[in-house]
Amino acid sequence: MDWKRKHLLGLEELEVEEIEHILDTTDSFREISTRAIKKVPTLRGKTIVNLFFEPSTRTRTSFELAAKRLSADTVSISAQTSSVVKGETLKDTARNIEAMQIDAIIMRHSMSGAPHFLSRCVKASVINAGDGCHEHPTQGLLDIFTMREKKGSIKGLKVAIVGDIAHSRVARSNIWGLKKLGAEVIVVAPPTLIPMGIEEMGVKVCFSLDEVIGKVDVLNILRIQLERQKCGLFPSIREYSRLYGVTVDRLKKAKKDILVMHPGPVNLGVEMAAEVANDPRTVILEQVTNGVAIRMAVLYLLLQ
Amino acid sequence: MRLIIKNGRVVDPANKIDGVLDILIDKGKIISVRKNIPAKACQVIDAKGKIVAPGFIDMHVHLREPGREDEETISSGMKAGAAGGFCSIVSMANTNPVADKQEVVKFILRKASEEGIISVYPAGAVTKGLKGEELAEIGELKEAGVVAVSDDGEPIRSSFIMRCGLEYSKKFDLPVISHSEDKDLSQGGVMDEGVMSTILGLPGIPRQAEEIMVARDIKLAELTGGRLHIAHVSTRGGVELLSQAKKKGLRVSAEAAPHHFALTSEAVKEYDPNTRVSPPLRSHEDVEAIIKGLGDGTIDAIASDHAPHSLEEREVEYSLAPSGIDGIETEVGLALNVLYHEKKIKLVEIIKKFTTGPAAILGLREGTLSIGAKANITILDLEKKWVVDKDKFFSLSRNTPFHGMSLKGKAVMTIHQGKIVYNEINNG
Repeated sequence: MDWKRKHLLGLEELEVEEIEHILDTTDSFREISTRAIKKVPTLRGKTIVNLFFEPSTRTRTSFELAAKRLSADTVSISAQTSSVVKGETLKDTARNIEAMQIDAIIMRHSMSGAPHFLSRCVKASVINAGDGCHEHPTQGLLDIFTMREKKGSIKGLKVAIVGDIAHSRVARSNIWGLKKLGAEVIVVAPPTLIPMGIEEMGVKVCFSLDEVIGKVDVLNILRIQLERQKCGLFPSIREYSRLYGVTVDRLKKAKKDILVMHPGPVNLGVEMAAEVANDPRTVILEQVTNGVAIRMAVLYLLLQ
Repeated sequence: MRLIIKNGRVVDPANKIDGVLDILIDKGKIISVRKNIPAKACQVIDAKGKIVAPGFIDMHVHLREPGREDEETISSGMKAGAAGGFCSIVSMANTNPVADKQEVVKFILRKASEEGIISVYPAGAVTKGLKGEELAEIGELKEAGVVAVSDDGEPIRSSFIMRCGLEYSKKFDLPVISHSEDKDLSQGGVMDEGVMSTILGLPGIPRQAEEIMVARDIKLAELTGGRLHIAHVSTRGGVELLSQAKKKGLRVSAEAAPHHFALTSEAVKEYDPNTRVSPPLRSHEDVEAIIKGLGDGTIDAIASDHAPHSLEEREVEYSLAPSGIDGIETEVGLALNVLYHEKKIKLVEIIKKFTTGPAAILGLREGTLSIGAKANITILDLEKKWVVDKDKFFSLSRNTPFHGMSLKGKAVMTIHQGKIVYNEINNG
């Protein structure tokens, strides 16, 4: 297919064909990272800026390696070292960076919609590396890629997303992508962490992990953040863990070939027991490996 | 010079007049309203095919002077009002300094009278500094000329202070205008809570944040016998509570803003900061309830909640943008387009929302074409097609979600005390 899109802001706006095209392109890029010389000249001469306003290890490194393996030049800016601390606005920061003739900005931002705003301010491609509670499209894509690889097809797959659905951009990107490709999605969380009207996104809602764990093909477990407890959304990490933690005992009730995923970083012993993290059905590190290939595919499609 | 408006359809709800009549104006007063007034030694305005209504009143306007003259001055806000079809506007108290003292109210009135093109009626603060802690000197504010008191922009959190405000204002027969929002419930929300806020990942404000406060304030009006006015009602539940309160005979009134009947939370989809407003844009169901409330008299007035904001403040991430829409110049067009042309509400009822409705709440001797009344007149062209162009605003700010929208119906002439202060009728 002909790729026409300039920005990647979320999976909501992507057509099924576009998602499939990214996944297929990822297949061909994955091999590059296994070579002795992990580099191709595809994006030679392109300049890509990583603009991160929130801490990130995994996503930022993954994007940076993806760009480098495609021979693009990369610069990383984090909010702590930028002039944002001097009170410069996002628009000004972005336009100054763009004045240095760059081709793409990869942005992580704590506020939903910040990449949409950025895409209206600059001519460069904008790639959303996670915006507030909205979307994290490359995480959604790498999760779906990993599921497709392990399960053969997304169509008909039963996927439970467990955790802080209300504040999770990973959940939203997973939901859009999985629903478009024909999966059945169940979101599992305490009622205070289920956002209003989410059923209208085409998912089922369940408050009990025990009720769904035996019925699903994939468990995608989200990180629980302590701040949410402080503002009253659930009583304690201990109670959350007892009700929603994936323990060895709970995993026994699951299908034998269940796939257990987590976007990281994992709170071991909270949303997932260490034994579960080490279980062969848990594919957290493969997700990370696939992340680089997904981001290579995305950069290639947007910048070629 | 005497002025005569000929051949227009005069719609004056206060006097139950609706017919093709002429109006004679002299020395700023209405002299005669009848058929075929001879045009001797008069300036003649041919209003054939147009609606001639009493001068419109917008009872909810944020002029940013004193404090933020870069966003709006008293003068620019008055010009924007005239261009929007308004002869009178009520300025809200949340300026800097706050209109919680006579000096600030007198300053506003002096500036307004220097400019002179339309009338400005200030609202004073209910509490000192809008802090919701101690009552402002409401008696002195009344002496200085306020027509209402309001902490608008902020709700009065304490039920006790709200009670005191309603009770104390009875002595001065002033309405207390409430910005009804339970801030503990709305938290840091920036849009309506529902499937749109879930999809967009923006913190939501449930409708109940408004409804709880409307219910509380109605109960306090019941307790005190004070005059309560609910500003910018945005929810179905809010309209229902008002309807019940009116049936009980409480002294309660309400207004709705055009954006709350012309847009829904769908408009936030692209994260346009111009769609951020407090209370937020709601659902279709709420829009329908507001239109119904306007139609059945539950809601007494249409008011813009005109809230100018600078470009710098708007060119930011959605959650950082301030709330408010620069709305006084699109208000009448939206009302005619949505309420009249979509056959939701009869023209005479719409005109009431801009005239007798607000005049009664504020105790103004305006909103009528009675003989001897101030010659405040708004002429409407119901069929005029126009496109909202923010760059043509008289307002100093441009924050509108309606830029580029095609509308049918517009105020085309504003006459204030016998003087034409805005005119886009070619022959005028």
